[in-house]
Amino acid sequence: MKTALILGSNSDVGIASAHRFAKEGFDIYLATRNVNQSQKNLANDLAIRYQISCETFQFDALDTEVHPQFVENLPLIPDVVISVFGVLGDQEQASRNFKEAARVVNTNFLGNVSILGLFAEKFEAIGSGSIICISSVAGERGRKSNYIYGSSKAALTCYLSGLRAELSSFGVHVATVIPGFIKTKMIGDMQTPAPLTALPEEVGEAVYKAFSKKKSVIYVRGIWWLIMLIIKLIPENIFKKLNF
Amino acid sequence: MAKLSSWGNYPLIEAKEFYTHEFEPLSDYIQSTETFIPRGNGRSYGDSALNGKVASMLGFNRILNFDVVRGELTAEAGVLFSDLLEVLVPKGFFLPVTPGTKFITLGGAIASNVHGKNHHKEGAFSNFVLELGLMTAQGQYIICSPTNHSDIFRQTIGGMGLTGVILWVRFRLKKIQSSYIKQVNHKAKNLGELLSLFESCNSSTYSVAWIDCQKGGKDLGRSILILGEHADLDELETTDQRNFPLKSHSNKHVSVPFHFPSGMLNRWTVSIFNHLYFHKEFQSSRSFLAHYDPFFYPLDKILHWNRIYGKKGFLQYQFVIPFEAGAEGLELILQKISASGFASFLAVLKTFGPSTSLESDISFPQKGYTLALDFPVSSGIFELLDELDQLVLNFGGRVYLTKDARMSPETFQKMYPLGFPTQPKFSSLQSQRLKLHI
Ligand SMILES: Cc1cc2nc3c(=O)[nH]c(=O)nc-3n(C[C@H](O)[C@H](O)[C@H](O)COP(=O)(O)OP(=O)(O)OC[C@H]3O[C@@H](n4cnc5c(N)ncnc54)[C@H](O)[C@@H]3O)c2cc1C
Ligand SMILES: NC(=O)c1ccc[n+]([C@@H]2O[C@H](COP(=O)([O-])OP(=O)(O)OC[C@H]3O[C@@H](n4cnc5c(N)ncnc54)[C@H](OP(=O)(O)O)[C@@H]3O)[C@@H](O)[C@H]2O)c1
Repeated sequence: MKTALILGSNSDVGIASAHRFAKEGFDIYLATRNVNQSQKNLANDLAIRYQISCETFQFDALDTEVHPQFVENLPLIPDVVISVFGVLGDQEQASRNFKEAARVVNTNFLGNVSILGLFAEKFEAIGSGSIICISSVAGERGRKSNYIYGSSKAALTCYLSGLRAELSSFGVHVATVIPGFIKTKMIGDMQTPAPLTALPEEVGEAVYKAFSKKKSVIYVRGIWWLIMLIIKLIPENIFKKLNF
Repeated sequence: MAKLSSWGNYPLIEAKEFYTHEFEPLSDYIQSTETFIPRGNGRSYGDSALNGKVASMLGFNRILNFDVVRGELTAEAGVLFSDLLEVLVPKGFFLPVTPGTKFITLGGAIASNVHGKNHHKEGAFSNFVLELGLMTAQGQYIICSPTNHSDIFRQTIGGMGLTGVILWVRFRLKKIQSSYIKQVNHKAKNLGELLSLFESCNSSTYSVAWIDCQKGGKDLGRSILILGEHADLDELETTDQRNFPLKSHSNKHVSVPFHFPSGMLNRWTVSIFNHLYFHKEFQSSRSFLAHYDPFFYPLDKILHWNRIYGKKGFLQYQFVIPFEAGAEGLELILQKISASGFASFLAVLKTFGPSTSLESDISFPQKGYTLALDFPVSSGIFELLDELDQLVLNFGGRVYLTKDARMSPETFQKMYPLGFPTQPKFSSLQSQRLKLHI
């Protein structure tokens, strides 16, 4: 029986990914900063629906001190680690208030560097394993409306690419999943164009595809790849005047 | 704010939809929001799940316990019947009562106290509910059952979301040996023939008739009566059926991608009916084994079939009248419809057994014939339905709230004389229109 660990399992994307892997017969470890009733209910649900076993664990990305202990306390080393957690933060606050900026960067970037580094070491030692991590198109170019979040994701994407290069010779797979917009609580009521907005289930599907097809980088809603390509080609002196 | 409507696409309103899958934010929302309505999967037809503010329960979709020994299931209110079937059927269980679509939530099934093709024999969903968790107007969480908070338990079943937010439900399941149904189709030339067929077949577990509403005169009520029983293992026919006797439904379907011009509908439904009715080998009756999916949910194969009625949407009208009024009442109503020119192309007729003391004062089923018809929204249709209301009332019948978008408060009071005074916290466009709030 294979096991998938979801880091940030209380997000809609985490839930969708858990369903997708459980459907394939994976046992599931749900890891979230607050193991509340809805996480416990989710664990029950997955076990009943897919006849797998499912456990919950407390995990805080910011609490890097205890990450080694978190990894050691897992009953088994999972076959797949899916990292979904992240914070959008408040750009206005984050650009003027270092504490807020640090929270965003420490969660999205350093939180992953810490926890994924530990799994990288384990996987490297056993010569197998998969790490799937959600980054964002926001990390492809800094925009004035969310560049603190964007730069944390840029760093994450860069880190994952290096990690992939390092681990590939050990038979360890690293995938970067790059969504555009996802209809989740992160964007709340924000109106986004429907054709560019994925449902959490689509991201779950992309995460599973990244795993099963051993993808390196996968965009959710492929059109985003093209959009970002164009956005990256806009010369800086024009880009800085654009209002988005 | 976004556009929101239920299955009839009428009315279409601006609404703010709240969504969460966690208890705390839901409880905070209930306490801090002056007035809103809980919403399941929006498969009610009219305005009962609509308000300027709605709380989607679709995030609460977790199965909590499946007791195969006792044949009981506990699940959160937002879980879809389609998901439940995928879990239940392979283990040899079925939903005790199911409406004509599997895309409804458990909470919606309770709030509308849904009925199926088996009401005359097994009753409504209320007959199978053991207990439920409810969040009340004060944001208080209570567990209610026939013995605990029994009055609010009763008023919640069929209470159209007006008593509180249903969080989870524990209910009894039906045991099955296979996922197949022994189906028998009977042709009936007219209403008289149909009603006597219904009577002689009333020991059938499942029964429903499709009536061709375009026929009048001596052909009035030309129809097909469809009967069904769960097939036992030794009744399966093909190797595939015997190898996979408990196969659940597939998730493949086609979708209607956009709103059709209204005229399309006519040809579509009529051709389905005619295809069935004039089926070559189909003399006066025909039996075969059908999977539960096409038997219970023929329309689910086409996602968004409601778009076939065009952008203006449609109204569904479902009423029940006592058996005593039967032949005469149905005939008069069908004649009135065909004379009006607002042809509803097909009508669905079922029979109800008695109602019980376990359902709310605005729960729909009562002993008699129940007929459901679709009408595209167009001018004059509201007047016609007002006239039908009068006929239904005269025959001692009533109209199903979960399908309604237009009944007057006066009619409502006559149809549901016990009334349903509720507080304004949980309120829908329908409850406001019907003046249910003091
Ligand atoms: C093709 C089709 C066939 C149908 N056939 C039948 C049939 O044969 N028999 C039958 O009885 N019905 C039938 N229906 C109607 C349908 O079963 C009911 O309207 C059902 O309530 C829809 O469930 P929903 O989850 O979509 O609820 P919604 O439409 O979202 O809501 C319906 C009502 O339930 C309330 N509600 C929903 N969830 C909760 C909750 N968690 N807590 C409190 N209140 C809640 C809402 O406030 C609203 O009043 C049919 C509908 C369709 C589209
Ligand atoms: N929504 C979008 O448009 C979009 C677009 C591109 C990429 N993404 C990325 O997709 C991923 C999933 O996000 P989402 O949209 O599903 O948003 P979400 O619901 O807000 O999910 C983020 C999750 O991260 C968890 N989290 C935050 N800080 C944490 C910490 N310190 N330790 C552990 N967990 C923490 C949150 O936990 P709680 O539930 O306890 O708050 C939450 O469940 C994120 O990485 C996000 O950056 C989102």
